[in-house]
Amino acid sequence: MGQGPILQAPETFFIAPLSRPAPGSVGKTGSWRTSKPVVYEDKCTGCMLCWLYCPENTILKTSNGKVAIDYDYCKGCGICAAVCPFKAIDMVSEV
Amino acid sequence: MPLMSLTGNYAVAHAVRLARVKVISAYPITPQTTIVEKLSAMVENGELDAKMVRVESEHSALATVFGAASAGARAFTATSSHGLLYMHEVVWWAAGSRIPLVMAVVTRAIGPPWNIHVDHQDIFDQRDTGWIIGIAQENQEVLDMTLQAFKLSEDPRVYLPVMVGLDGFILSHTRAPVDVPEQELVDEWLPPRRQPYVISPESNYVMGNIAPDEVHFLMRYSMHEAMEAAKTVIKEIDKEYGEVFGRSYGGLIECHNCDDADYIVVITGSWSGDAKVASDMLRENGYKVGVARIRYIRPWPKEELEELGSRAKGIIVFDRAISMGGYGPLYSDVAGTLYSNGGKTSLVGVIAGLAGVDVGAETFKETITSIIHKIEENGFFFEPRLWLLPKDYSSREKMLEVAKRWL
Amino acid sequence: MVINLRKLPDKKYIMPGNAACPGCPETMGLRYVKMALGDNVVLVIPAGCSSVIQGISPYSGINAPILNIVFAAAASAATGMKAAFETMGRDDVHVVVWAGDGGTGDIGFQALSGAAERDEDIIYICVDNEAYMNTGIQRSSLTPYGAWTTTTWKGKKEHKKNIPMILISHGVKYVATASVGYPTDFIEKLQRASKIKGFRYIHLLAPCPVGWRFDPALTAKVAQLAVETGLFPLYEYINGEFKLSPIAKRYKDPSKRRPIIEYLKLQGRYRHLLDKPEEIKKIEEYIENTWKLIETLEESFAPGKDRGKKIFDAL
Repeated sequence: MGQGPILQAPETFFIAPLSRPAPGSVGKTGSWRTSKPVVYEDKCTGCMLCWLYCPENTILKTSNGKVAIDYDYCKGCGICAAVCPFKAIDMVSEV
Repeated sequence: MPLMSLTGNYAVAHAVRLARVKVISAYPITPQTTIVEKLSAMVENGELDAKMVRVESEHSALATVFGAASAGARAFTATSSHGLLYMHEVVWWAAGSRIPLVMAVVTRAIGPPWNIHVDHQDIFDQRDTGWIIGIAQENQEVLDMTLQAFKLSEDPRVYLPVMVGLDGFILSHTRAPVDVPEQELVDEWLPPRRQPYVISPESNYVMGNIAPDEVHFLMRYSMHEAMEAAKTVIKEIDKEYGEVFGRSYGGLIECHNCDDADYIVVITGSWSGDAKVASDMLRENGYKVGVARIRYIRPWPKEELEELGSRAKGIIVFDRAISMGGYGPLYSDVAGTLYSNGGKTSLVGVIAGLAGVDVGAETFKETITSIIHKIEENGFFFEPRLWLLPKDYSSREKMLEVAKRWL
Repeated sequence: MVINLRKLPDKKYIMPGNAACPGCPETMGLRYVKMALGDNVVLVIPAGCSSVIQGISPYSGINAPILNIVFAAAASAATGMKAAFETMGRDDVHVVVWAGDGGTGDIGFQALSGAAERDEDIIYICVDNEAYMNTGIQRSSLTPYGAWTTTTWKGKKEHKKNIPMILISHGVKYVATASVGYPTDFIEKLQRASKIKGFRYIHLLAPCPVGWRFDPALTAKVAQLAVETGLFPLYEYINGEFKLSPIAKRYKDPSKRRPIIEYLKLQGRYRHLLDKPEEIKKIEEYIENTWKLIETLEESFAPGKDRGKKIFDAL
């Protein structure tokens, strides 16, 4: 059984094809939207199906057990509205 | 230290064992196969504590050891000829990642037709990939260069993969006495694996997603700087290796009879030995001929060749590969280097020994002599491509006769 | 096993602001992979949409360590990573390949077959969007019969290559199919697979709104319809036992299946054959044959009966 390698900083000018996970790797994708999801809190039961299906991780769980939208990044695909069993999300045109 | 009778391939295997490599992967191809056969046996009988992955192709072999190296293991693969060409895109990918890695390349001609004999077409095809490329002359050097490759690749000034070339059959399958260092001594000399980063749950690094074009450009520049730094590191390692193990080779090039030479033969690989014998014979005939054997084609020994070029009357380059429609690859680099002295040095590129055609010391002697005569008759001679065609086939009539029989 | 959605981790496994198209099934799927396996994961991703989705370095839109790798080498690079972790005493790290249908069934198939045969201890997920979407919707061997692509303008003439069955024939320990339309089923399968040592393969259907020509709001719905029409049965094969997944069981009965036309008419890639009943019939026949195969497997590899296991053991 061996050990891991020693991570030693390069000693010449060094730039490698490396990244770290971070939001906005192509910018604020909210600008891609043509329509935006609007949550009706009164209809939302907090079932979290929209949160589960959202491809972007832009459905935010709120402290009252419901959901809100991260409009900075939401691309407006509309999956959340399509999967909501309670019609608590509407897609509203932004153009 | 024990002296063993080893083929070049077994010398590679012993170096890999001594470097305590952790992950090995390879695919059979003549004349490389006996390296992995030997390593498999070493792993199975417990001489080497490593994982041996017997993959389904060379493309996978290099990808496997690259994956292992990126996760932090000292890793090794070996291949030859078509296997090397098959893994070519992974060769680039591994270098671009800057992850240290070592591969042995048993040089062999490329088909068609099928041919398992030596030439350098396969290894020169990797010239631009960002790998450090060394080519050994004999079996002892094969072991030493392979062992040094791990230290070189893992040096923080370098962080580039290293390829060690050894000529198919001439070295790979021919036994010679090889001094195999003691494990304890190697352990003292070779530090534990170092690398610039790992891909692991803790590091959370991502390697290889799209970068801005300008930054991608800088990555190429940084690989070049690492190559330049490797020149120093190669010499350093060569020197300290000599102090510890008693053998030094001279760094990027090894010079034979160069000091007062009027004419320098530039060459690489096992046939350098024949060229050296020829140079000794020529000296007996009064011709001051030296041999500059290129030990590393990357990084290119620019400074050494500039210095030799500045005091020689003529440089004669022997290539065992050809860029068809262009020049021999070694010649191209030499010509590019000699331009710095204003084209005053006579320069000849000889294409010879392709497809395993033997070139012995006598042939070297004759060829070099005739080139020297041309230089001395005219005061200057420039011929980028002199075809040293196989004996008995060198007249146009003979060539046409052969051609007829093959179509 | 019932998964409580509220108990699933709420980490940003996909970083918002990535380069995926709206409604992308791959980012959906990647979230589930990490929900199921946690953070002790490294991903190996060959060329494809998921290499681009990460976005522009030095940032990445997928919240996981990733070794991006050339198209044909995903299973091999993963093999090496796993070997390295093992030599370092890190048996706990899940090395997961996330490859498209081309990277799995076409150019990456040799490496996949090799890793499966060697029973490498990795999880291989084929995220199947049924064409080369990243290069602009070209046909792959996993494109289904009749589908328009930019290299099959009149529809593909051959049926989809059945990779999961080929993997079962390799004698690997775990093979499953899943759909992004059923995330909890996929998560459960990943969790079961994660407890098995050896080669594990999950084939994840990932409807692509751009390539399949449907409204991006319908990704989940199309992924569910593929199962509800019987076109894409969900099943698990574990160590010689074959069983239909709970969601898919009812579709054994043809009368319970939704008509295939409901699935086809949502997708522009099938538009040219909607008025060709003989073409639709071919797809219906394909579904029938698929279920005949499923029945055979269910019978031969039924849990407890050991018949299938014995067949493989005897080989």
